[in-house]
Amino acid sequence: MKNSSRRGFMGKAFGAVAGVGAVGALYAMKKTWDPLPSVKAAGFTTLDMSAYKENELVVEKWRGKPIFVLKQSQEMLDTENKNISQITGKTTAGMDKKRLIKIGDAHYLVCIGLCTHLGCIPGYRPETKDFLCACHGGMYDDTAMVKKSPPPRGLDIPPFKIDGMKLVLGEEGPEYKKMKETGITL
Amino acid sequence: MAHFTKATSVKDWLNQRLAVEKVEKVMMSEYWIPKNINFLWAMGMILVVTFALLLVSGIFLLMYYQPNVNLAFDSVNYTIMSEVDFGWLWRHVHGVAASVVFLIIYIHMFTGIYYGSYKKGREMIWISGMLLFVAFSAEAFSGYMLPWGQMSYWAGMVITNLFSGGSLHADGLVEWIRGDYVPAQAFLNRFFMLHVLLIPLAIIGLIGLHFGALRIPHVNNQDGEEIDFDAEAKKYLAGDKAGSKVIRFANDFMAKDMMVVGVYLVFFFYLVFYNYGFAMDPVNFDPANGLKTPTHIYPEWYFLWSYEILRPFSTNIGLIAFAFAQVIFFALPFLDKSPNTVPASRRGLFKYWFWAMLIDMIILTAMGKVPPVEPFGTIGFYAALTFIGLWIALPFITKMEKKV
Repeated sequence: MKNSSRRGFMGKAFGAVAGVGAVGALYAMKKTWDPLPSVKAAGFTTLDMSAYKENELVVEKWRGKPIFVLKQSQEMLDTENKNISQITGKTTAGMDKKRLIKIGDAHYLVCIGLCTHLGCIPGYRPETKDFLCACHGGMYDDTAMVKKSPPPRGLDIPPFKIDGMKLVLGEEGPEYKKMKETGITL
Repeated sequence: MAHFTKATSVKDWLNQRLAVEKVEKVMMSEYWIPKNINFLWAMGMILVVTFALLLVSGIFLLMYYQPNVNLAFDSVNYTIMSEVDFGWLWRHVHGVAASVVFLIIYIHMFTGIYYGSYKKGREMIWISGMLLFVAFSAEAFSGYMLPWGQMSYWAGMVITNLFSGGSLHADGLVEWIRGDYVPAQAFLNRFFMLHVLLIPLAIIGLIGLHFGALRIPHVNNQDGEEIDFDAEAKKYLAGDKAGSKVIRFANDFMAKDMMVVGVYLVFFFYLVFYNYGFAMDPVNFDPANGLKTPTHIYPEWYFLWSYEILRPFSTNIGLIAFAFAQVIFFALPFLDKSPNTVPASRRGLFKYWFWAMLIDMIILTAMGKVPPVEPFGTIGFYAALTFIGLWIALPFITKMEKKV
């Protein structure tokens, strides 16, 4: 009886030591899998916005992801209120302009070119002015709002800061923060 | 203390130290297998042989493969395929075996379902087998990343994105799994580690568990008959080999088993030498490019059925349906409420359930391969609903089953 209680104590003491060790080891393992500081630091891209042409999609790169830049033509801005979301059945009026970034006098769509469904790259079709994702058939309009599911939301807008005619991706400017607060992007 | 005497032979020397005779009896000559079985009972041995082929070919590939985003593609497609003598052989054996192993796993699984080999004490065989299926799936997926072609990259992108959990937006978790914002060097390195060390270790451990789970309930037979293995073994050892319902595992049962393995190996090496193309996706012969999605992304054929359950729904429902499909097979022994352990053909409604499930999974597989256009989208949608419906119906139809 006395022996077994001493063994019991030793078992518990070992359990406590091993438990602390296991938690520490799991924490170290979790941190080892984290993205490296160098990976996180290499996360800024600067775009010169004066170089883009209307209704011509340019794909830039930021944090290894494709970034869509689409300068809106006057025609695209005019038709914006007529776009109808297939998900809500309502016009996307009002939402549209909020998704665009105004630099100088021009409006730009700048978004992460990965389908919000499962991360394929949608293709842009200048004739119909929309994006089609070949993987599962999702469609977006010319401001990257969802026209046809399965995507659950429009293409995400990367953190940006306006700097004259330049746009810095990876930094959060006041315009981006406002988009985030109003739920325009995640 | 154990007493050792001067050995009379090498065997006696080993016997005193390792009890080799006893081990031989337990593992082979007195491990009893029912006589009433057919060639479908050889699938386990075929899987063991295929796993060995994967292991050996993998070891040779490992000597030249470079887990580096700049070198990986060329180390496979140039170094191994053109420079290394017989490098093509190891790659084609590895690729073909990775594909064929799933065909055999599915046959093995459906054999178990048909004959009720997951019931009455055999539940752990089924569960350990399903764990092996999951481990093999992870092994296949991680291996698919390594050549770092377009399909590697985009399959890696899409599958890791599943972990964001749809509307949960666990993007931090996805980045943690990848070690980067997108699949890159950290991603390739860790999946290389998983593929060559951690998952193979888990598989070997699980194979041990799977075999161990078989010891007490023993192998099932064609009629699901409950055999008294001790009595039948006694009969066999007393000389009544014809009257006994069992035979020795080795060499008796193994002799037939290896015959089936021989036929399989002829088929296997026919594929390796003359028809390996099915295991080598042409899209994966383009190097990985993070700025260009292939026009049509699809997994290897063995994942198509579960992929098709994901695809026709909106993101969240799709993910839930997909998660359901991944785990529901584990629950089979507990959802089957019938007391009968007999072939499906004698089990009334379950017979139709079995064939409906098999055909539905073949339809899902076919629909997963074609692009997401009509009418395939609709067929896939109803096939996915049928899959879920069949599982919901299973406890009810098996409960109604009469005792045979």
